[in-house]
Amino acid sequence: MTSDELTDRGGLATTGIMQGKQGMRGIKKMAVAALASLTLAGCITVEAPDKPIVIELNVNIRQEVIYRLAEDAGNTIEENADIF
Amino acid sequence: MGDFMTKRVTKAILTGAAIATALGGIAAPAYAQRDPAYAAARAAGEVGEKMDGYLGIVVAETPELRRIVNDINIKRRAVYSEKAQESNATLEEYALTAGCIAIAKTVPGEKYQAPDGSWQTRTDAPPMRDSRCP
Repeated sequence: MTSDELTDRGGLATTGIMQGKQGMRGIKKMAVAALASLTLAGCITVEAPDKPIVIELNVNIRQEVIYRLAEDAGNTIEENADIF
Repeated sequence: MGDFMTKRVTKAILTGAAIATALGGIAAPAYAQRDPAYAAARAAGEVGEKMDGYLGIVVAETPELRRIVNDINIKRRAVYSEKAQESNATLEEYALTAGCIAIAKTVPGEKYQAPDGSWQTRTDAPPMRDSRCP
């Protein structure tokens, strides 16, 4: 690669000068946002549950399955009365 | 030859039936009654119906009670297993369902396991059962 292939250099980066009124407006906006977030923070409260979370055992056996099997199981018990 | 074979088969069947009858209860039809030792232990509240569909020992364990309970539970498990397969359900699902019904069918004085795991004596009131029971 040779320097001939490079394009011309761009201008140097410059810092914009803040102009009086606009600068103040920015600060005001930030202040309002800060106030708003403070107010909102007061509204959202997350409370820890006072009771422990209980996970029921055998939760994988669903009620609908039991209802489906109920009649058949009832017959099975009657047919095998010697072991029930 | 054919006749000879038929006679042999017939004889074998008859012998088998005779042995079964002699051993007692093997060839017994369905709707058979409870073994007297089991019936007595049940009535005395020494054994009770558990939520999971099996029999449990309520009082201090003795070898005799363990024998009765194991014998019943092995037989129950075999029945549950077969029926669960027919119903396209798992062994545990079928056993739990049977447990619901077995507890419901207890008579006053008999023991059953409440949802909190404690042993309860059945009264005239409906038994305390799992909330999923029908």
